[in-house]
Amino acid sequence: MAMLAINDLHASVDGKEILKGLSLSVNEGEVHAIMGPNGSGKSTLSKVLAGHPDYEVTSGRVEFEVNLRMRNVLDMAPEERARNGIFLAYQYPVEIPGVPNSAFLRAAFNAVCKHQGAKEVSEEAFAPILKEKCKLLGMDERFIDREVNVAFSGGEKKRNEILQMAIIQPRLAFLDETDSGLDVDSLRIVSEGVNKLRRQDNAVVLVTHYQRILNYIVPDYVHVLYQGRIIKSGKKDLALEIEEKGYDWLLKDFVN
Amino acid sequence: MAEIVKESLTDRDYKYGFETQIETEFFPKGLSEDVVHMIADKRNDPPFVREFRIKAYRHWLTMKEPTWADVSYAPIDFQEIRYYSAPKSKKEGSGPASLDDIDPELIETFNKLGIPLSEQKRLTGVAIDAVFDSVSVGTTHQEELAEAGVIFCSLTEAIHNHPDLVEKYLGTVVPYKDNYYAALNSAVFTDGSFVFIPKGVRCPLDLSTYFRINARETGQFERTLIVAEEGAYVSYLEGCTAPMRDENQLHAAVVELVALDRAEIKYSTVQNWYAGDKEGKGGIYNFVTKRGICQGVKSKISWTQVETGSAVTWKYPSVILKGDYSSGEFYSVALTNNRMQADTGTKMIHIGKNTSSRIISKGISCDQSINTYRGQVKIFPSAENARNFSQCDSMLVGDQCTANTHPYLEVKNNSALVEHEATTSKISADQIFYMKSRGIDEEGAVSLLLHGFCKDVFKTLPLEFSIEAVKLLEMKLEGSVG
Repeated sequence: MAMLAINDLHASVDGKEILKGLSLSVNEGEVHAIMGPNGSGKSTLSKVLAGHPDYEVTSGRVEFEVNLRMRNVLDMAPEERARNGIFLAYQYPVEIPGVPNSAFLRAAFNAVCKHQGAKEVSEEAFAPILKEKCKLLGMDERFIDREVNVAFSGGEKKRNEILQMAIIQPRLAFLDETDSGLDVDSLRIVSEGVNKLRRQDNAVVLVTHYQRILNYIVPDYVHVLYQGRIIKSGKKDLALEIEEKGYDWLLKDFVN
Repeated sequence: MAEIVKESLTDRDYKYGFETQIETEFFPKGLSEDVVHMIADKRNDPPFVREFRIKAYRHWLTMKEPTWADVSYAPIDFQEIRYYSAPKSKKEGSGPASLDDIDPELIETFNKLGIPLSEQKRLTGVAIDAVFDSVSVGTTHQEELAEAGVIFCSLTEAIHNHPDLVEKYLGTVVPYKDNYYAALNSAVFTDGSFVFIPKGVRCPLDLSTYFRINARETGQFERTLIVAEEGAYVSYLEGCTAPMRDENQLHAAVVELVALDRAEIKYSTVQNWYAGDKEGKGGIYNFVTKRGICQGVKSKISWTQVETGSAVTWKYPSVILKGDYSSGEFYSVALTNNRMQADTGTKMIHIGKNTSSRIISKGISCDQSINTYRGQVKIFPSAENARNFSQCDSMLVGDQCTANTHPYLEVKNNSALVEHEATTSKISADQIFYMKSRGIDEEGAVSLLLHGFCKDVFKTLPLEFSIEAVKLLEMKLEGSVG
């Protein structure tokens, strides 16, 4: 059974239609890569999935499996989507001055605990959990005392997204251009982090321009998004082919 | 957390906005020297108090309303205000003989406000003086405090029972000539609290005064005086609410603190006067003069305020650092929403050697409100090695609010070290969405932002107060962010 089923999704922002009938199905344990040139709708797809209020879904369905039942994601508030296991790693993580990373991470962790009927954890009980995750991702512990994303380098912000993912342990992680702006070392660290978090029962969708990250996180499927639709799907070889030939050979049949 | 969330969803409106139906005795509207005499007659003032009033009144007539604050409001017609209003059951001219004499309606009012006065229900660890309109209706834990030698009663009682002490200190920190509203208060003040902690005594309880405006068209002019003798310590808390009304009401209080050698006074306020409606109609004009003097060596005065109410606020709790090695602190969170206007801050006047002061101000402006920090740090030539640190942060919610910061530094001694830091940040919809996409709901997100922004002030609040104060802020902020 599919974990995520997107069917003929149309969505617009400021009255302009960006997604024009997108369909995608993701199963447990899979890694999907969504590639495409600028302006094809990649980020819009991420935002729609997370429930950003600026994006309006005009038609189509998005369903996500919760306790073996498919639930309508579009009916859920953003926080409800997150608690049910949908995670978006932002392309541009937001800075939250004044709020310590540790307090933010604990609030997120407790939101999931509460949703699952588990006891919320105290600051003291959370500290070792946080420490362990930092260690798993090879992150400096000083990270957690800083204010959320404030004065973080580009690489640090992306790693902080993965730390959040490690804390929340989502079933579906949607990584929106997590590779952009990263140098080779950061890219490797971030990718290793994601790989360590992979399990049989979760799935990863990588949204990216470049094939680069796919050397580290190897996808089962590659999709090409163009003008708001998936115009081609294939195995990981497709990414290599795009790397070699660019997008033009795929797009020429689709120019409006 | 869960309880807070529930509370904030259901109690978004001003839950203290009710009016108590009680038989009230009040003066006709208007102010004149006769009215000042009538107040003195009513309260059986001894000559020194009457004289203080008349001098103040005559001086007030020569003064002009201050206009330098970043606030605007319709001119106040001082002849349209009543200057005395009291529940009728009260005996004239003195405080209540015992709490049993209090009208049950008043007990009920304070119960509704979360301030139990009756013997069975009263809060442990906190003694409370409850002021209703112009008079104190009762003070709890009197005997316990008396045992420690602490005097905590209404100012009226103090004037009658401890006239020497009152005469010695009244008007010494805030002279009647100080400013327009202080002069007005000095002329017509009715009740308030009096605290005296004798030499070497650490007050065994937190002391608290709860001010309630109830009567219509009545001004509240309370006056509080706190004296801590050598080596004494007291923590004092103040809370205030008023009914929701369409017309504005004037509250012009004076608070004076005196700390002798090595004494420490910690004064905390949660101000939640009715702030008017969304369009800015109604609400309290809160024009208050609060000042403390660190008279003795190594004395310490600390003001903490959480300002969440009033239509217009004009308030600068200050410290005169006269004793060598004395220190003053000001911690403030001021939240304005709808069309509230707050001009608030502090003055730290360094006179003694090695004096130090610390100012932490957090202003949160929402909706179309105006939130101004105005602070003065003055180092006299005599203040060798004076130290000041000021941190003034503003947080903006939405794009229609205003935040201003006016720091005034006047340094007349080269050995002084004065630091000032200021920041402005903005709560954006993106921040809220980011947190939501991590499973945190709006209440949780607002709470995180608020705690993050105000943590330096919250940690100075007494425990009994901080939960209530933080809840109040979360509730108001959430209404504006959502």
